[in-house]
Amino acid sequence: MALLSIRNLTTIFNCEEGQLKACSNVSLDINPGQTLGIIGETGCGKSVLGMSVLRLLPANAVINGQIMYKNQDLLTLPDKEMCKVRGSEIGFLPQSPSTSLNPVLSIGEQLTEGLQLHRGMIKEKARIIALDILRSLGLKDSARTSAEYPHQLSGGMKQRVLAAISISGQPSLLIADEPTKGLDAVNRIQVVDLLRQLSRKTRASLLLITHDLKVAAALCDEIAVMYSGEIVEKGPAEQVLNNPLHPYTQGLVASLPERGLYPIPGHSPGLLDDSPGCRFYSRCPIGNEKCKCQPIINREVDGVHVRCLYIDQSGGAQQRIYGRGFQSEAG
Amino acid sequence: MSVFKNKLTLIGMIIILLLLCAAIFAPVLTPHNPNTQCLSQALKGPCSDYPCGTDEFGRCIFSRIIYGARVSLAIGIAVTAVSAAIGVVLGMAAGYYGRAVDEIIMRIVDIFLAFPGLILALVVAGLLGPGIGNVMLALALVGWMGYARVVRGTVLAEKEKEYIETARSLGANDLYIMFRHLLPNVIAPVIIMASVGIGYAILAAAGLSFLGLGAQPPTAVWGSMLSDGKTYLQTAPHLTIFPGLAILVTVLAFNFLGDGLRDLLDPRLKDKAWNRG
Repeated sequence: MALLSIRNLTTIFNCEEGQLKACSNVSLDINPGQTLGIIGETGCGKSVLGMSVLRLLPANAVINGQIMYKNQDLLTLPDKEMCKVRGSEIGFLPQSPSTSLNPVLSIGEQLTEGLQLHRGMIKEKARIIALDILRSLGLKDSARTSAEYPHQLSGGMKQRVLAAISISGQPSLLIADEPTKGLDAVNRIQVVDLLRQLSRKTRASLLLITHDLKVAAALCDEIAVMYSGEIVEKGPAEQVLNNPLHPYTQGLVASLPERGLYPIPGHSPGLLDDSPGCRFYSRCPIGNEKCKCQPIINREVDGVHVRCLYIDQSGGAQQRIYGRGFQSEAG
Repeated sequence: MSVFKNKLTLIGMIIILLLLCAAIFAPVLTPHNPNTQCLSQALKGPCSDYPCGTDEFGRCIFSRIIYGARVSLAIGIAVTAVSAAIGVVLGMAAGYYGRAVDEIIMRIVDIFLAFPGLILALVVAGLLGPGIGNVMLALALVGWMGYARVVRGTVLAEKEKEYIETARSLGANDLYIMFRHLLPNVIAPVIIMASVGIGYAILAAAGLSFLGLGAQPPTAVWGSMLSDGKTYLQTAPHLTIFPGLAILVTVLAFNFLGDGLRDLLDPRLKDKAWNRG
């Protein structure tokens, strides 16, 4: 039984230019204790997906579909109930540690908020538990840290504090939105360690939203690849990363430095574009007219779901076509 | 403490403290009862017995000024507190909820701003009838718009910041976010406006008392002392000079304090304020 099961989630922003489809027909499952990674390039809608689950989108967003969490549909919950879900059932780890803490409240005050809001604790008790959480996340001098203000902490410490805040309500699901964005290599390893620590400690499921394939490879059990609002490939992490089937996933893997740093040519289509066919068509080396006009159905190959017309049952032939395309370009 | 490095701010603070002490310990500090009339001593100039002279009824002007500080400071602080509270709550609601709420509140602000402040206060105080309480109400009603505008603007900028999203993702509701997270971030300009605003409120209250709408005789109020003394402006100018000086010094002191606080709380000016010798 899945902890979180998203069915046909479509998130639309009503803008002056028209309807912007940030997520279209996304379906995902996360099992208890599992880590699901959502990877994709900037602007593909992966953050919107995370925020749709928490229902923390601007007023001009319309969310359709179903988000079943512990057998209740989050999209039909009244606002008041949703407030209780946030923080206590679903935790959120924001993307930029430097701006995600309130600059005028002390760390201790911000850490105890979740405990006081959800677990009805009095201040003193909440403080003791908050200090415990801080210590368990590797901030040794937790008493001093909790008296300090965000500008007195380093980026790594802030990230730890935010991690402590996100798990303070003992959530069963943690959504981490680009936790490694803008970090250098050393800090990135620390964050990966931190996330590993979190999921081990809390046994919570993790929805990891990232554009960093290596972070995803290090942490995830399953990976869903998102492109222009759609899930194009999803399956066990190792299989998706080592044997990518969809041309876009292959392109992503090929663009890694150790795989030759071959960029995918072209740009992703705007989210306003609403053609029926494959959204990767314009950049795809094997795409043809059929891809452009025909709605694409998901196919399953060895437990991996792929959204491409040209997937044969083995999936192998297609990979070669794509690989050759990139190599001939380079050499 | 950089407050003490800025001399004008320091002077302002000292004067305000002295005034507060004078208001609190008025019975001890005053040589005479402020309301006792002694017609044989009427219109005397400053002398050893009456430091600021006497008015047309022979009342000690010094004692009346000291007692008047009570009323003036009370009016200044109460009016500013009430108008700042109204302004902060409405401004925060307008900025946070936006759309229709914003539109309605800000149009009400525009309507209030369209009237000249003191005239509107005069009308309100006139309708409610004379008395200190009504003057305070009238002044608070015409003084909140500035706070609302400033708070709305600051909230508009602050609510988009990521720490608000963090609070929301932690399950905080709108009221909690507004008062716990936004309020401390928007309060700095309000404090500055309020410290200057106290001076304005005292001035406006003096103006209304001068016109006969404030506290009723024989209560000592700086504004009505000016008003009563104007008949004797040529023969006994000390009747107006001393209460006038009291108003001047008080308003100036609050302005100094406000300027100093602005330098202190504005992050861009902070470094300068810290290093000022």
